[in-house]
Amino acid sequence: MIWLDTLVQGVLLGGLYALFAAGLSLVFGIMRLVNLAHGDLIVLAAYVILGICSATGMNPFIAATLALPVMFVFGWLLQTHLFNRVLGEDILPPLLVTFGLSVVTQNLLLEFFSADSRKLAMGAVEAQSVTLGPFTLGLIPLATLGSAFAVIFALNQLFYRTALGRAFRATSDDRVTVQLMGIYPQKVFAIATGIALMVATLAALYLGARANFDPTIGPARLLYAFEAVIIGGLGSLWGTLAGGLVIGVAQAFGAAINPEWQILAGHLAFVAVLLVRPRGLFPRAND
Amino acid sequence: MSEGEPLLAVEALTAHYGDFQALFGVDLHLDPGGCVAIIGANGAGKTTLMRTIAGILRAGAGRVLLDGAEIQRLAAPEVLRHGVAMVPEGRKLFPSLSVEENLLIGAHERKGDGRWNLETIYDLFPILRERRRNPGTALSGGQQQMVAIGRALMSNPRVLLCDEISLGLAPVVIRDIYAAVPRIRESGTAIVVVEQDIGQALKIADYVYCMMEGRVTLSGRPSDLSREAIHDAYFGVSHDLA
Amino acid sequence: MSSSFSKGSARSLGIAIAVVLVLGMIAVPVIGSRALVQDLFSVLTLLVLALNWNMLAGFAGLVSVGQQAFVGIGAYVMFACTILWGLDPLVGVLVGGVAAMLFSIPMAFFAFRLNGAYFAIGTWAVADIARLVASQWTALGGGTGTSLPKGTTKDMFGVPFVKDLLDVSSAAAADAVTYWLALALALAMLTISYVFLRSKMGLGLQAVRDNLEAARSVGINPTRLKALVFTLCAFGTGLTGALIFIQITRVTPQAAFAVIDWTAFVIFIVVIGGIGTLPGPILGALVFYALERLLADYGTVYLIALGLLGIAVMLFARRGLWGLITDRTGFDLLPLGHAPPAPLSETRQPVPERT
Repeated sequence: MIWLDTLVQGVLLGGLYALFAAGLSLVFGIMRLVNLAHGDLIVLAAYVILGICSATGMNPFIAATLALPVMFVFGWLLQTHLFNRVLGEDILPPLLVTFGLSVVTQNLLLEFFSADSRKLAMGAVEAQSVTLGPFTLGLIPLATLGSAFAVIFALNQLFYRTALGRAFRATSDDRVTVQLMGIYPQKVFAIATGIALMVATLAALYLGARANFDPTIGPARLLYAFEAVIIGGLGSLWGTLAGGLVIGVAQAFGAAINPEWQILAGHLAFVAVLLVRPRGLFPRAND
Repeated sequence: MSEGEPLLAVEALTAHYGDFQALFGVDLHLDPGGCVAIIGANGAGKTTLMRTIAGILRAGAGRVLLDGAEIQRLAAPEVLRHGVAMVPEGRKLFPSLSVEENLLIGAHERKGDGRWNLETIYDLFPILRERRRNPGTALSGGQQQMVAIGRALMSNPRVLLCDEISLGLAPVVIRDIYAAVPRIRESGTAIVVVEQDIGQALKIADYVYCMMEGRVTLSGRPSDLSREAIHDAYFGVSHDLA
Repeated sequence: MSSSFSKGSARSLGIAIAVVLVLGMIAVPVIGSRALVQDLFSVLTLLVLALNWNMLAGFAGLVSVGQQAFVGIGAYVMFACTILWGLDPLVGVLVGGVAAMLFSIPMAFFAFRLNGAYFAIGTWAVADIARLVASQWTALGGGTGTSLPKGTTKDMFGVPFVKDLLDVSSAAAADAVTYWLALALALAMLTISYVFLRSKMGLGLQAVRDNLEAARSVGINPTRLKALVFTLCAFGTGLTGALIFIQITRVTPQAAFAVIDWTAFVIFIVVIGGIGTLPGPILGALVFYALERLLADYGTVYLIALGLLGIAVMLFARRGLWGLITDRTGFDLLPLGHAPPAPLSETRQPVPERT
C-alpha cells in the first residue's frame, strides 16, 4: 500500500517535471536548440508572477494569466535578437549563449530579489486535498498534473491540427526548403520560443505554489526537465510527459527508501533508460 | 527573343559559393505563360541559377526582374510572395507532413483564391488524392515529384521553376509528369524547367538555353537548334575542332 | 601581414618571450608575496582546466558540461588517500587523477551513446550522480564534507625542503610547492596539447571535428580517438581538482562538484579567449582573473559581466580574443596548421538571410 502511495506521489511530482520539460521539448524539437537558460527563465517567470501578486494583491492564478503574454513577448524578443543569431550547424554557439543567459538571469534575479526563499501564496486551495479511495491527494499537485496533461494535449493539437503547427513541423524538417513556401524560419522560431515561455510561466506558477523558490534553483530544475525530454525522445510531446513521470516516480521511490536518494534515483533512471534506448522511449521515425 | 515585355528577365546574373564563382553573367527571358528549358551537363550551373532566382542563394552582380521589378535582393519567402515558386531538386518533401499537409503548406502564405487548390491539384494528379493521408516520403519517386509540383502550384505562382523533375524516374513516370505541363501553362503559370534529357526539353519548351560552366553557351527555339549545335554547346566542343 | 616581420623571427621572438615569462613565473614564490602566489595558483589551475575543456570541445567536438565530476572525484580521492589511508597528499593527487580517469571510462561508455546536445546533458547528469554518491561517503563527512587535518601539508613531500631553502613558514612553503606543481601541470598540458595536436593523431582529431565522414574514409576511428581524449582530459582535470583542494583544505560535495566553478567558468575562459586555439585559454584565464580582481567585491555583477561577455563573444567574435588578435596582426604564436572553427557564414553555403 505504501508503495502504491509512493507511486501516486511520484506521478504527481512527474506532472511538475513534465511542465518544466514541455517548453524545452517544443524548442528542442523545432529548432534543435538546447536552451540551458530554460530553468532560470522558469524562475524568472515565478518572480514575474510574484511581482504582479505583490503589486496588485491578485491571486497567483490570475497573475499568471497576466504574465503569459509578457513572457510570450519576452521569448519572442530573445529568439529574434539573440538565439536566431547563433543557430546553425555548430551546436556550441547556441549552447554557450544560453549558458551565458542562464548565468546573467540568475544573477540579475539575485541582485533584485536577494537570495531569500519566496513562495506564491495560493490562499485556501493550498491546504485542500481530495480523497480518492485510499489516497489523499493535494489539490495543487493534482492541478499540476492536470495542467501538464492539458498543456501537452494543447501543444499536440497545435502541432498536428493547425497551419502554425504544420509550419513548425516543416521548419523542423528542413529550414531551407520551408523558405520556398514563403515561411521565414526565424519567425517560426520566435513564435515557438514565445509559446515555450508561456508554458514556462505555467510551470513557474506550480513551482511557486508547491514549494519555496529562490533565484538559484533554476539549473537543477533544468537538469530534471532535460532528462524528461531526452528520456521521452526528441520531438515527442507525449514522450516528454512520460519522461517527466519516469523521473518523478523514480525520485519518489528513491526518497521513500532514503530521503537523500531522491535526486540520485531520478538520475539513475535517466541513465538506465538511455542505456536501453539511446534515442529515448518515443523517438521520431525520421531523425 | 520575342515581342512584348518578358514576365521574368535575368540579366548578367552572377553567383558564388564562397570563393567559387558558379554563374558568369547569365541572361534569360521568360514570356507570360511561356515555357523555357535549361539544359546542360552536371555542374553547368543550372541548379545554381534556379536557386539564385528563387532567393535561396545570394545573387552577385546582375539583375532578376519580375514584371520589370528587381527581385534579386529579396529573400526566398519574398520572392515567393512576388509569384515565383520553385520545385527544388530532389523534391525535398517534408517527412513529418502527410501528402495533403505538404500540399497545404505550399499555400501557407497565399491570400485569396486562385486556380490551384487541393481539388484542382488532385484532379491534375489523381493518385495523390488516394494517398493524401500517407506521409509524403512514403510515396514512390514519381508520386513524390507530383507532390512537390503540386506544393509549388498551391501558391498560385506566376512563374514555376522546376529543377530536374525527371531525375531518377522511369520513362513512363516522366511522361505522366510532363503531361501536366501543358495544363499548368493553361492556368496562366509560366514555367522554367531544368532538364538533363535534351529530347524532353526540346519537346515541351518554346525556347531552350544550354548552359556550360556557369554560362549560357547556346539558346534558341527548339526548331532552330540543330542536334550538332546542342551537342557542342553541351559538351564544350567548338565547331572548328569538330 | 607586415612584410618586415618574417614568420621565423616572429616565432623566435615568441619563444624568447615565453622563456622569460616561464622563468619569471618559477621565481614568483621566491620574490613575490604569498597572496600573489595563491592568486596565480588559482589562475594556473583554471588554465589547466580550460586547456582540458578546450581539448574536448574545441578540438574533439565533445561539449562536456560534466567536468566537475573529475574535479570532485580527484579531490575526494585525494582526501581519502590522505585522511583514510595515511598517504602523502601529493600521492593522493596522483591517485585522484587516476580515479577520475577510471571513472571517465564508464562515463564515456554512457555519454558517447548521446549526440551533440544530448552529450552535454548526459555528462552533466553523470556529474550530478557523482556528487550525490560523494555525499553518501560518510567516512569523508557525507553531505557536509570534511577538512584536511591541521598540519597535513606541513609534512607534504617537498615542503620541509622548500621551507628550509626559502626560509619561510610551512604554510608558505606548501603554497609554493602546490604553485610549482600547478605551473608544471600548466606547462605540461600546453606542451602535450601542442605536440598532440600537431601529431598525426591530433590532426586526425581535428579532421574528426571538421568532417566525420572524411575522417572515417582515411581510416581514423573517431569514437576511439575521442574516447582516448576524453579519458586523458579526465586524468588532467582530476589531477588539477585534487591539487586545488590541497590548497582549499576543505572538501564538500557542493564545492568539489560545483558546475559553476569547475565547468561554467572554464567554458567562459575558453570561449572568451578563443575556442579551438592554444593561446585562447591562456588569454581567457588572464581576462577572467582581471575581471575577478576588478569586480570581485560585486559578486553578482561580476557574474553578470562574465555572462554578457561570453554572449558578446559568441555574437560578435566567435573565435574569441585570440581570433581578433590573429585577424588584426596575422601573427600566430602557436600555429597548429589548421583553421579553428570558422564562423558559419564561411562553412555554410551562401544563404538565406538576404533581408
